[in-house]
Amino acid sequence: MSSGSSPELPKAEKGIIDAIGKLGEKAKLIYAKPNRIKFSVQRDDLVEVARFIRDELHFDHATNVTGTDFPKDGQLEITYHLGSHDGGEELRRIILAISCRIPSNDPKLPTLVNEYPSVLYHERETAEMIGCVFEGHPNLGRLLLPEDWTDIPPMLKAFRLPGRLEGE
Amino acid sequence: MSLPTQSSGLFTEQVSEDKLVVSIGPQHPGAGHFRFTIRVEGDTITECIPDPGYVHRGGEKQTEYRTYIQSIPMIERSSLLDVTNITLPYCMAAEELMGIQVPPRAQYLRMIMSENQRIISHLYWLGIQGIFLGHSTMFMWPLGDRDIFIDLGQMIGGARITYSYCVPGGVRNDMPPNFKDRAMKVFEYFESRLKDYERIFFRSPLFEKRTRGVGVLSRSDAISLGVAGQVLRASGVKSDTRIDEPYCFYKDISFEVPVYDDGDTWARCMVHLEEMRQSMSIIRQCLEKMPQGQIKVKLSPQQRAQAGEAYCRTEAARGAMAFHIISDGSTKPYRTKWSVPSFRNLIALPKLLVGSHVADMPAIYWSLDYWPVEADR
Repeated sequence: MSSGSSPELPKAEKGIIDAIGKLGEKAKLIYAKPNRIKFSVQRDDLVEVARFIRDELHFDHATNVTGTDFPKDGQLEITYHLGSHDGGEELRRIILAISCRIPSNDPKLPTLVNEYPSVLYHERETAEMIGCVFEGHPNLGRLLLPEDWTDIPPMLKAFRLPGRLEGE
Repeated sequence: MSLPTQSSGLFTEQVSEDKLVVSIGPQHPGAGHFRFTIRVEGDTITECIPDPGYVHRGGEKQTEYRTYIQSIPMIERSSLLDVTNITLPYCMAAEELMGIQVPPRAQYLRMIMSENQRIISHLYWLGIQGIFLGHSTMFMWPLGDRDIFIDLGQMIGGARITYSYCVPGGVRNDMPPNFKDRAMKVFEYFESRLKDYERIFFRSPLFEKRTRGVGVLSRSDAISLGVAGQVLRASGVKSDTRIDEPYCFYKDISFEVPVYDDGDTWARCMVHLEEMRQSMSIIRQCLEKMPQGQIKVKLSPQQRAQAGEAYCRTEAARGAMAFHIISDGSTKPYRTKWSVPSFRNLIALPKLLVGSHVADMPAIYWSLDYWPVEADR
C-alpha cells in the first residue's frame, strides 16, 4: 500500500490533504490517489476529525461504513467513506475515507450519528457484523442477521462458514 | 417511542381505541421480502420501524472464500433486476487491485449493458408502481415491454437475466453483428411507447392526485440522510456518478441528468421515466462510437491482486453502487463491502411515511425503488 501523496495529485485532493494536515498528529494520511483519500485517526479524535471534515471540507454524507477484522494485529478497522454533494464539482468526485483501528478485545467507538445522520444503519450493520459497539448510537439492535443469531459476529475472521474447511 | 420489533413475531396490536400497531410484510409487501412496523392513529402513520434482513445471505462473507472471478455469479444474485450494474463496480475494484487496463471495446459493451439493464430495472419498477396506484394497464404494459429489452440483453449476454457479463479484465461476449439494427428498432418502438405511458399514466389526474405532495423529502434531508439515485435527484440534488466521477467512457457521452425540486413521489417517478429516455440515448451514442478490438484481457484463473484497497463506484439503476475491496495480495479478497443504493435509501422510509396516510404507503414505499434483496445482500 503506497503512503503519502504523489506529486501528480489534482489540486482538490492536495487542498484536502493540506487542510487535514492542520490537525497535526490527529489524522495520519494512509494513501492519496486521484478521487480517493484515506486518513487514519485515533479513537478519541474520531468525532473531532469528522466534525472538521463536515464543517470545513464540506463532506456532507456518508456512503459506506466498512468493518474489517485483522486478527493478526488483534485489531478491528472501521472505515467511513464520506462524500460531498454541495461542495462543488471538484469535491463530488472525491470519496474521503477516515478509518480507525481499535483493539479487538475492546471494540468500542464513539458513534458519528450526530455528525453524519446517514451512518445510522451503516453503523448498526457494522455493529452486528463485526461486534463493534458504537457508543451513543440510538439503536444497535439486530438489523440484517436473524433474530435468534447466537454465534459470534459473522464478519470476524474467526467465524467460518459452515461446510468450509480451514484454508479453503 | 420504540416498538417491540425483535422476537415478537407478527402482530397487530390495539394500543388504544384510536391507535393501532400494524406489521407489514415480510411476505412480499409488493416487492421483495421486507417487513416494517407502523403505528397508525386513525388514517395517519405516526411511526415506522423498518426491519430488513429477511433475505440476507451473507454475500460479503462468501466472497472471502471465492477467487475474484468465482464471486461474480453470486454477487449478481443480490440484484437480479440490475445484474450488470452490481458486478461492474466489483470488477472495476478488482481490476484496480490487479492493475489491469480494460480494452475500450469492453468498456463500451459494459456501458451498453448497464444502460439496457437500467431500462429493464426501471420498467419492472414502473409495473409495480402502476399496480400499487391501482392502474392495472401500467402493470401489464411495462412488464411486457421489459421483455424486449431482456431480449436485447440476451443477444449480448447469452442468458435472459443472470449473464454474469462483466468479469475482471473485460466482458464475456462480444456483440452480435445484428445487434445495432435490432436495438434501433426496439428504441424506435419504445420511444413511442413512452409517449403512451405518459399519456395514460404520468399525465393522468389519477397519478397526479396520488403522488403530488405525497412523501416529500427535502433537499437538506436528502443530503444529510445520504440517500442515493432517484430519491436524491427528485429532491433537487444533481448527483450522478456517471457525471461526478465518470467511469468507462461516460465522459465522451452527452446525456441529461433529470433533476426535480419537488422531492415528492411524483418527482421520483418522473426521474425514472426520464432516465429510460436518457439510457436509450446513451446506448445509441455508444453504438456509434464503439471501436473494434479486444473484449477482455486474459487473466489467470487464480489471478492475484496486489495488497491494498480499492473503492469503486458506479451509477446503478437505483443509485450510486460502490464496492470496497481490501486485498491481502492473495487470489481471494480479504474483505469486500458492498455499498448498495437500496440500503442507503432505507433510511428515508421512516422519514417519508411518518405523517402520511396509510393509503399512500405503497406509493411512497415503491417510489424509493427499495429492493430488499439488494439491501440485505
